[in-house]
Amino acid sequence: MQKIGVFVCWCGSNIAATVDVEAVAQASLSEPGVVFSTNYQYMCSEGGQSAIRNAIAEHGLTGIVVCACSPRMHEATFRKTAAVAGLNPYMVEIANIREQCSWIHRDKEEGTKKAIILARAAVAKLNRNVPLIAGESQVIKRALVIGGGIAGIQTALDVADAGYEVDIVEKTPTIGGKMAMLDKTFPTLDCAACILTPKMVDASAHEKISLFTYSEVESVSGFVGNFTVNIRKKARGVNSDLCTGCGVCIEKCPSKKAKSEFNQGLCNRSAIYIPFAQAIPNVPVIDRESCIKFQTGKCGVCEKVCTAKAIDYAQEDEIITRQYGAIVLATGFKPISLESYDEFQYNQCPDVITSLEFERICNAAGPTKGKVLRPSDHEPPKTVVFVQCVGSRATVECGKTYCSKICCMYTAKHAMLLREKYPDTEVYVFYIDVRTPGKSFDEFYRRAVEEYGVHYIKGMVGKVAEEDGRLIVQGSDLIADKQVIIEADMVVLAAAIEPDPTARSLGTMFTASMDTNDFFTEAHPKLRPVESPTAGIYLSGLCQGPKDIPDTVAQAGAAASKVIGLLSKDKLVGNPCVAACNEPLCNGCSTCELVCPYGAITYEEHLVVDHGVRETRRVSCVNEAICQGCGACTVTCPSGAMDLKGFTNLQIMAEVDAICR
Amino acid sequence: MHADERKEAETIIRASGVNVRKCMKCGKCSATCPNFDEMDIHPHRFVSMVEEGDIFALMQSKSLWRCLSCFACVERCPRGVEPANLIEAVRLEVIRPLAGNRLRPEAIPALLDEKIPQQLIVSAFRKYSK
Repeated sequence: MQKIGVFVCWCGSNIAATVDVEAVAQASLSEPGVVFSTNYQYMCSEGGQSAIRNAIAEHGLTGIVVCACSPRMHEATFRKTAAVAGLNPYMVEIANIREQCSWIHRDKEEGTKKAIILARAAVAKLNRNVPLIAGESQVIKRALVIGGGIAGIQTALDVADAGYEVDIVEKTPTIGGKMAMLDKTFPTLDCAACILTPKMVDASAHEKISLFTYSEVESVSGFVGNFTVNIRKKARGVNSDLCTGCGVCIEKCPSKKAKSEFNQGLCNRSAIYIPFAQAIPNVPVIDRESCIKFQTGKCGVCEKVCTAKAIDYAQEDEIITRQYGAIVLATGFKPISLESYDEFQYNQCPDVITSLEFERICNAAGPTKGKVLRPSDHEPPKTVVFVQCVGSRATVECGKTYCSKICCMYTAKHAMLLREKYPDTEVYVFYIDVRTPGKSFDEFYRRAVEEYGVHYIKGMVGKVAEEDGRLIVQGSDLIADKQVIIEADMVVLAAAIEPDPTARSLGTMFTASMDTNDFFTEAHPKLRPVESPTAGIYLSGLCQGPKDIPDTVAQAGAAASKVIGLLSKDKLVGNPCVAACNEPLCNGCSTCELVCPYGAITYEEHLVVDHGVRETRRVSCVNEAICQGCGACTVTCPSGAMDLKGFTNLQIMAEVDAICR
Repeated sequence: MHADERKEAETIIRASGVNVRKCMKCGKCSATCPNFDEMDIHPHRFVSMVEEGDIFALMQSKSLWRCLSCFACVERCPRGVEPANLIEAVRLEVIRPLAGNRLRPEAIPALLDEKIPQQLIVSAFRKYSK
């Protein structure tokens, strides 16, 4: 039999004005197991806590019920108080008589009645509590960052600077991501390469950072503090240790018809290539699809010209197994495909381009060496139309329901750069809304209008048609209530952005939950924005939601601080309120394994004693370090074998019985 | 708003099945309309006028008869609002009380010439039959 003490808090007048606290304390005395009850003005204060400690010692209490505010507020406080007095902290129950009673009722009589019932339920539950002991696990002091764009690089640098080892896994041949493709960055117009490439160099030179480029995560097992990850290092066809990065192989390669991914397909590259001059590592990779040697067996020019003997056609994919304490997802984004947008003629007219293509055309290292020229005839455009919200804020199938957030600002940037470089170019921007929340953002957009004379037209473009080499743009001017027709030389579409497609398979692998748009969901949208609901998995950059470079860098730093917080611990104390299987009841159906969102359940052969019969059965096993105590398995188990410690079916039913009594 | 007009607005919303609140006022319907210049009230305004219950003005507009029923606005709307369905619902509210069909199927062959797009015939039935 338990010896229970009940402590009723007034919370000043928060509770006491609506609930007769003395009556609650008195009524609970008649409940089974209750040997002591009292009330106090502020139970969470030092006075209240010492009253609890004294009562535990004086009356030899085995458990306490605190009738006060939400357990979210002070459960941890009262558990600590109990622990100090020598009680198991899980022998504390909270009856929430504030948020769920005094704050939502006016009538004192009714409020008091309800508070008595809530206290009675907590006592009934506590009578079935058992002391729980949290397990401990080791923390491996190394982090894995998946994705080598600005988000991944920043997180890795911050974690490495704190003294922990970090590996970056990047699927393309170089780190740098999308930011490396940009020309200038808003709102200060500093060149993207000038601020990104030094960070890329820092990451590659940092003694605590290892780069795995042209690599992908193959599989993962384990749990927070103790992940084991297999990384597939794809065969480059070039020995990175021997290569000097001289570039002769690229120069001599006779196959030069592959589209350059880095330049958005606007120019060609050789079969053996480095994505861009400042790529890290500065080691080429052989694209086997377009390599003559791989396709026909003949050629071998690169091998002949390489003085370092670095070309290795026989190189195979390599699997590397590494262990990590924390994993950061920084998988980034890509613009959506515009294939379904026939009205803009993107697939038909070479002079209708995406904004990312426009970035490459503006860039000094791009296909036109920074001169803005039409892709079709390499003539400078005299009239350029920008169309915003192409695929953003659209509820129809080919679009995205969300605002892509970055387009308003980069379109203002593009318009401004064009007018700056070519003042005789007419620039039109069709917009639905101009959204510029951010430091110095609206001022930037207004400069495009007021100082640079960019024509902003409120309305959408309905269609683009090619006529005699010009693009006829038909759009709405909603303020004039007119349909406008502009003869343009180039149309730039601000395509919506979406999470990189690799995020989905990684999300499944890491049991990191995603929303309907495939953005990773955070543990709490406001209070835990850089943590995935799965312990030990963190989110950095655009894979969590649309954001610009300043937001990405800030979030990358926040993710790093969470990782550092985890890695600085030697041991992790788990949550003991986890699922457990009553093995003789388990029928081995696997339903719990299928519903578990964290991958915490596996099936194992165990020796089970059922009514005196000993036999080996396939039963459910919970990894307590991975289990988050969500209870999905307990409600799905058809045989009632699964139970959540601290919230067992018996405890919940006792509470319900007490309320219905 | 007049009680009759409010009732009319409700009928039009019900008959067309259009949720006018989905409109984000981007104007792509008017941008895409091939007969924009012939209309006195433009497709995007149809949506906001129905939302505001300004129905009598719509019923008297030239646009009811100038709309080609080509459904380009329905096809292009990023929010799935379907402005042409609203125009059609308003038109039917005008046609129905007048009773009788203005276009009989038997009369069609005599009106045909080889340049007439098939869609025009379908659209004509939308306008001249109740």
